[in-house]
Amino acid sequence: MPDRNMSPLQTPMPAQDPVVRVTNFQEVTLGYTREMAIDEAKRCLNCKHKPCVAQCPVMIDIPAFIQRVAQDDMEGAYEVLSASTALPAVCGRVCPQEVQCEKACVRKLKGESVGIGRLERFVADWHREHNQTKPAKVETNGHRVAVIGAGPAGLTCAGDLAKLGYEVTVFEALHMPGGVMVYGIPEFRLPKTIVAHEIENVKAMGVKIETNVVIGKTLTIDELFEQGYASVFIGSGAGLPNFMHIPGESLKGVYSANEYLTRINLMKAYEHNSRTPIQKSNAVAVVGGGNVAMDAARCARRMGAKTVYIVYRRGRDELPARLEEIEHAAEEGIQLKLLTNPVEVLGDERGWVRGLKCIEMELKEPDTSGRRRPVPKPDSEFELTIDTLIMAIGTSPNPLLSRATDGLETNRFGCLVTRNEDGLTSCNHVYAGGDVVIGAATVILAMGAGKRAAAAIHKDISQQSGAV
Amino acid sequence: MFKILQKRMLNPTVAQITIAAPLIARKAEAGQFIILRAMENSERMPLTIAGYDREAGTIMLIFQIVGAGTTELSSLNEGDSLQDCVGPLGQATHLDGLHKVCVVGGGVGCAIALPVAKKLHDLGAEVHGVIGFRSKDLVILEEEFSGICQELRLMTDDGTHGEKGLVTTALEELINSGNHYDAVIAIGPLVMMKFVSLLTKKYGVKTIVSMNPIMVDGTGMCGGCRLTVGGETKFACVDGPDFDGHLVDFDEAISRSRMYDEFEFRARDEACRLLRTEGQ
Repeated sequence: MPDRNMSPLQTPMPAQDPVVRVTNFQEVTLGYTREMAIDEAKRCLNCKHKPCVAQCPVMIDIPAFIQRVAQDDMEGAYEVLSASTALPAVCGRVCPQEVQCEKACVRKLKGESVGIGRLERFVADWHREHNQTKPAKVETNGHRVAVIGAGPAGLTCAGDLAKLGYEVTVFEALHMPGGVMVYGIPEFRLPKTIVAHEIENVKAMGVKIETNVVIGKTLTIDELFEQGYASVFIGSGAGLPNFMHIPGESLKGVYSANEYLTRINLMKAYEHNSRTPIQKSNAVAVVGGGNVAMDAARCARRMGAKTVYIVYRRGRDELPARLEEIEHAAEEGIQLKLLTNPVEVLGDERGWVRGLKCIEMELKEPDTSGRRRPVPKPDSEFELTIDTLIMAIGTSPNPLLSRATDGLETNRFGCLVTRNEDGLTSCNHVYAGGDVVIGAATVILAMGAGKRAAAAIHKDISQQSGAV
Repeated sequence: MFKILQKRMLNPTVAQITIAAPLIARKAEAGQFIILRAMENSERMPLTIAGYDREAGTIMLIFQIVGAGTTELSSLNEGDSLQDCVGPLGQATHLDGLHKVCVVGGGVGCAIALPVAKKLHDLGAEVHGVIGFRSKDLVILEEEFSGICQELRLMTDDGTHGEKGLVTTALEELINSGNHYDAVIAIGPLVMMKFVSLLTKKYGVKTIVSMNPIMVDGTGMCGGCRLTVGGETKFACVDGPDFDGHLVDFDEAISRSRMYDEFEFRARDEACRLLRTEGQ
């Protein structure tokens, strides 16, 4: 009988005290120590049928890496991880493990699942802190591939192709690579030094990253082919913010979550003496119930807002945000206004937000999305006094690229249409994956799509060049 | 990348820089803009492209030193490089089919109005110009405008150069003296564009304005640049920056443009202080 930890509960992960952390942007959760990691790894039963792996969008051999942690072979564990993922330190922090790998964990039958995410994070952090060697560059096979967008989908696709010898150039519209990992997810949930380190690893494999290039404006997809790229992968994300189209949305003090988070994360508005302007808020309402809404609310709190509401039209059970984010938000004093929908933003005589008129909602029979449909309760309007409103009700793919590319088909949501699981679009040799195809989702789903597309691009180019 | 090849001051507060940016120069059209960061921690600042040379691979920018961002940008000299520059963004000004146009420029807006006037001139249109400034020492590009405008009216608020008065006065006189314009293109401060649009609406003359609201990314991501145009929400960065002046809600745009006035005021002081210290 191997040395196994039969505790029904996960080894707890230390975290910053809520009272302290709302005054800083440092990481909330602090990660396992080596002892905690080994202890937690010993909870894994090393199941032969590996139900967790099937639930992982990038198919990490989860029991294999956890067994190595249990044997105190952290470098071996890292090798297992990096065979499947280019961004383990990111995934260990922001993946919704509870609905993926951990959901399928056999230990859940009698207690909590193995803390797979926490262990992944530990291994990636351990490697970063103890091993300075960069991944090796593979000898080039002479074929060039262009990747549009340096977010999770694009970086994964680029990394996988580089491992196969392709010369990959990633084009990024912003001045910094990372996509949503740098402009969207806040420092306290995903430190930017960690993202930068993972990107350095991708670059070490030979991937070139060209920032400040907007494909569709600076260059077109046709021009990329003319320049000799054999294939193009589009991982440009879903960056276009949705608004509610209610009166008062153009008042000063109304932000899209994208703008609010970009000012704080990418443009570092939280730093003392930052050049980036942002409103000094006292009372903030964030509309929406996803992870982005939680991020915006928790940022607002850290930026000094005394009162922060999350306004969501459905109930607690329907909140799309990860449970951990909801709990962390609650600990930080964020107030949930559930079954509530805004109807009008109220302004003062100088054009600034002064309040939010809301209506109470009740849930009726499920709609097409399978969730219970919220309908307004008659005569239930009330006002919240706020000075800032953040709209976090979702994003759509940016139409800039599809408008500039003949024959690139989109659906009615603006998402690129793909012909199959590989992500092949309506244009030959042009693949797409991540939010630009499925709408705003998660880092790991984007990575999975980038991975599948990389394999398909490899097959496509190999066939073209007669190597197969 | 993005090296400043040439820099000159057009007046005490307006600078002109020519930047090596071959990819942008290859695609740039009148009316489009770029976003730059002067230094590593500078904010992202949109500037309309004032000129380009496809063969030389350069673009030209003209900016007024008003806030922290432009103060930092003006501290860079020939040989220095911009931290970042991305573009060309936005839609080009649609000038096809216009035979007779009056281009109205206000202050540093004249820098953006000039390439539009030039392009119209090159397309064979009859171009009239009305350019306005606060005072004589702020006048820019007078020679360039007079070279392409069949009729040019130069206005100053204080009458120290050209005629004393507002651009709207001159424009109304031109319209009243029998000029039938296919379009008026107005580029300048929001208040000027608002009053030009009100005037031309009265005369039923189509009017195009170039909006320059607060924005972060310039690709449709932040939504900070949203405007109400004909009752609909538009993003200036991807739908514009040109819009039908008769449909733009200027009062809202003016209000939104002042969102960070207080912050800007403090930031500019800080930037001036820092640059002064560095200079010593």
